[in-house]
Amino acid sequence: MAEKLLGNNFTPPDVRAKVTGASKYSEDVRVDGMCYVKMLGNPMPSSNVTIVDTSEALAMKGVLGILTENDVPPSPPPGYPILTNKPRQLGQPILAVAAETEAIAAEALEKIKVNYEAQPFSLDPLQSLYPGGPNALDEGNISGGRSIPLGVLKWTARDFAEAGETRLPMGEAPEEWSVGDVEAAFKDAAFIIDEPFVVASSSHQALEPRSTLSYWENGKCFVYGSSQSQSWMMPGLAAMLQIPVEDVVYIAEFCGGGFGAKASPYPTMAIPAYMSKKIGRPCMLRITRAEEYHIGGSRPGFQGQLKVGFDNKGKVTAIDCYIVQSGGPSNGSGDYTAAAEALALVYTPTNMRFRGVPVVTNKPMHISQRGPGQNQIACIMEPFMDRAAKQLGIDRIMIREINAPDHDVVFSDRESTVTSSYIRDALIMGSDKFKWKEKIALSGKRNGNKVIGIGVGQAYHSAGSNGFDGLVTIRPDGKLHIHSGVGNLGTYSYASASRIAAETLGCSWENTVIEHGDSRRGLPWVLAQFGSNTTFTTTRTNFAAANDAKQKLKEIAAMDLGGAADDYEVDNETVFLKSDPSKVMTFAQAATRAIELGGKYDGHEFPDELNAVTKAAMPLVAGLGLCGVAKDNMPKKGTVPALATGYAMIELDTETGKYEILEYTAFVDCGSVIHPQSLEQQVRGGGVMGMGMASTDRMVYDPQNGLCATVDLYHTKPLTILDIPSNLEVGAVNKPDPQSPAGVKGVGEPVMGCAAAAILSAIQDATGHSFNRTPVDPDMIVNAMAGRPQSFKPLQVNI
Amino acid sequence: MKDMMPNFNLVQPTDLASAISLLTDAGENGWAIAGGHDSLDWFKDRIKRPTTVVDLTGIDSLKGIRETADGGVEIGALTTLTEVENNPIIKEKFGLLSSAASRVASPQIRNKGTIGGNVSQDARCWYYRSGLDCYRAGGNTCYSDTPEGMNREHCLFGASRCVAVSPSDTASALVSLDASMVIQNSSGEKVVAATDFFIGPAIDIENMTILKPGDVLTAIRIPATWAGAEFYFEKVADRNSWDFPLVNIAAAIKMNGSTIEDIRITCGAVECVPKRLNVVEDIVRGSERNEDTANLGAGAAARGAVPLNYNHFKIPLMEGLVRKAIRG
Repeated sequence: MAEKLLGNNFTPPDVRAKVTGASKYSEDVRVDGMCYVKMLGNPMPSSNVTIVDTSEALAMKGVLGILTENDVPPSPPPGYPILTNKPRQLGQPILAVAAETEAIAAEALEKIKVNYEAQPFSLDPLQSLYPGGPNALDEGNISGGRSIPLGVLKWTARDFAEAGETRLPMGEAPEEWSVGDVEAAFKDAAFIIDEPFVVASSSHQALEPRSTLSYWENGKCFVYGSSQSQSWMMPGLAAMLQIPVEDVVYIAEFCGGGFGAKASPYPTMAIPAYMSKKIGRPCMLRITRAEEYHIGGSRPGFQGQLKVGFDNKGKVTAIDCYIVQSGGPSNGSGDYTAAAEALALVYTPTNMRFRGVPVVTNKPMHISQRGPGQNQIACIMEPFMDRAAKQLGIDRIMIREINAPDHDVVFSDRESTVTSSYIRDALIMGSDKFKWKEKIALSGKRNGNKVIGIGVGQAYHSAGSNGFDGLVTIRPDGKLHIHSGVGNLGTYSYASASRIAAETLGCSWENTVIEHGDSRRGLPWVLAQFGSNTTFTTTRTNFAAANDAKQKLKEIAAMDLGGAADDYEVDNETVFLKSDPSKVMTFAQAATRAIELGGKYDGHEFPDELNAVTKAAMPLVAGLGLCGVAKDNMPKKGTVPALATGYAMIELDTETGKYEILEYTAFVDCGSVIHPQSLEQQVRGGGVMGMGMASTDRMVYDPQNGLCATVDLYHTKPLTILDIPSNLEVGAVNKPDPQSPAGVKGVGEPVMGCAAAAILSAIQDATGHSFNRTPVDPDMIVNAMAGRPQSFKPLQVNI
Repeated sequence: MKDMMPNFNLVQPTDLASAISLLTDAGENGWAIAGGHDSLDWFKDRIKRPTTVVDLTGIDSLKGIRETADGGVEIGALTTLTEVENNPIIKEKFGLLSSAASRVASPQIRNKGTIGGNVSQDARCWYYRSGLDCYRAGGNTCYSDTPEGMNREHCLFGASRCVAVSPSDTASALVSLDASMVIQNSSGEKVVAATDFFIGPAIDIENMTILKPGDVLTAIRIPATWAGAEFYFEKVADRNSWDFPLVNIAAAIKMNGSTIEDIRITCGAVECVPKRLNVVEDIVRGSERNEDTANLGAGAAARGAVPLNYNHFKIPLMEGLVRKAIRG
């Protein structure tokens, strides 16, 4: 029996290069003849631009060319253009200059004469929804979600007048659904909370800015990019570059974080390609930290009203939620609808109404960030659960258990189901690990000006998909090559999810090679590496490909050694006759034989149902060895729920508003654990990000001139090692999901939301104050503790 | 957004006289650089554009910590913050400065950043750092002190067209320790009290210190006056590392039994200069060091504060920190 791989620790193949610094990110790549590109960004939130004179710049020694919107394909609103003379966001690229050095390019930018005609702008969705309020785009002020086209929506002045400043105005909702009888349920409720809330927009702030190198060679466009995904990038890049997908060579071996903002091709990625086409030189576009904040994406913020009714046993009987989503100047994401589905699943309300509107603003492109929608709403709903527990005299863990979904849950207007749900187990096991009963006894305990707060949080994300392709090859040297098209955003899930192929084929890890990070390696079509889906999705595709290879091994053995394919078994890097193991072929022999046989055996023939990206990859692998390639046609029914719980103890200084996180424990439902170390680092990393969401993450804008204060790391303030506990405890239920061949589910997203919610829950516990907002800064706490009003209105944003 | 320095002449003298000569010749176009953490941001943003940058780090005479004959200490301006934090003499006699230095920026920045740079750094107002044409940048407006200005980090006191605050943690400690600053230029050496070294916008809206082109801050002297006193330093910032103070407090207290015999207490990030809280000192001097005295002093700490839109939290925060400092 070959070694057991799933569930055991291993060192992913890219770790050594990362630790030693040998890894080359897109910005580290150098090619002969390379020049540098710099962009001119819009200096205001919205303008109409006239490029008056470029002659002085073009005349500079070392300047090679200028790229404008006339050189690139258009992207009509609500698309985000590659370059534009109608920038609708601070920092949006207008033009780009190529030069021998970056210093020359920077100087040349200053010599280009540009007229900016300032346009009205909108940074606050409620301001845009007010009668006569500014529209972020010429064509309208709402776009996004499930099916909201770009258009104009204004609420009535009466909507605003009736709401005042302490409730969300709730005008016409383009998105609305309900289940049950919400009004009747509220009438019967034993306890109701009905309050406005704000969740701040926040930058993804990946450590690696999204630099791109591009050039053309032999009719193909080479792109070295920074992305979470690999094969998923190909069709989008091909479309942006207006070339067939087989003419795209995409290389992205390493990625310094994306958090959702590098999941798919992004417009600036095309700039060096078009510049290279124009000037005939390889072009490097190095993105600066400030540019990354402008073009790198940000989490949609929420302004909302959440009304929750409980019966006297703590069951959530009714939810009425209205969310106004803040988007950027392009098609908005579906965060707000995802938030509603999270409420529907995690708290299983028997009656629920959701209304929402995705508003576009003149802020950076808002795209999904880790736990899109679900993490925002967890920050608001979890402290609500604590308040209900206190009011109803129920333990705070127990009230969550009472409302937890089971495997047979049916939720939201879609009547969605799940593949499995072990969140109740996570609550029980996690609270035990945290020693909840001991800790809760310390709640409110004072030591001078310090007070203890205990918090708990839960979060959810839909974390798995199906229907993509897997590809493996067994080479004449006997090694198994797993072709991973999934990308490598830094979680190592590309490697963890590959191991099922080796285990299925009985191949040692030592003799297994993962092909990834370069489309020339022949990489199949799989979903983007976003949404915590990789572990579930590509475990299935790799399993499908391995089974195809296994069948071909058996068929080849039967051809050469006699008998039927089903008489053979595959293990220990051999295929052998079950009844007489002396009749055996090694992987090396079978691979050589597959090449001789050709056709389907060595990848020259393949199923027609494969995606075009996989088909484009097949000529690159055909003839290299025995080829296993298949689409994941295994049945799947229901959402794959990643579920996480977090527990925190803080000590809060009532005189300064500062708090120290003394302890943090996370306990997750991720199905079976396939790589314990990787799980732990995901849960810890997500936890730290969540702690930042609770305490510092936000974008600050001056409403008068539309300028942004938070375009560098010391203003956006991601938490440091000195802001978090030295030991973040991690645990997992470790029960298999029945719809994964390895029993796995992803979990990267909700581990952030549960941590954010746990910290906010602990702050509420320590202060007795409900902030209904993220982040909660020391200034808010110190004002609350001093009995002073806050500096902002309840629904104010960008502060 | 630009992240690309314009060209300049970099000069790396190894003696002070050469540095002063180079800076004097360059005049307004000269720039003295030490750790570089303030300078390089300005350069890479292409906002400050000196033609001559004089790197002081090769001048050994500006480095190190020496005890002085009067029992005080002299700290070379190029001494790193890590060295200030860990120096046994400073730790033993002037622990207030050691504590303050330990809270500056991050451990990595403290390894390169100098105490001279920390006290000489420019305002951290985000509008000013954006390159806008505000008063401090030579323009004729303030973007922060407007009806909608985002001014959470800005001043409570001493606004005079500009509302930026002193961003330095060590500056508050040095004022409380009665430190003086040694400045050399082509005319020779002058020594000024720390309280006179830091200047507000009413005196010079474009500079936060009295340093002029051609001046080099060479050393900081701390007299023996407060050696071995009881100290209290606390910095409140959003993060525990790599952050500027929302408010900091630095107090030196001499006790006589349970009575506060004398006290210096200075608050940072509430005014353009470190704000010496003389009124609080007068109130608590001669009183028992207890909660009542702390409350009495705290109550007077923020008197006269004129909060902006988003920074009135600094009033209870100041009061809280003064209370903690006096209470001990």
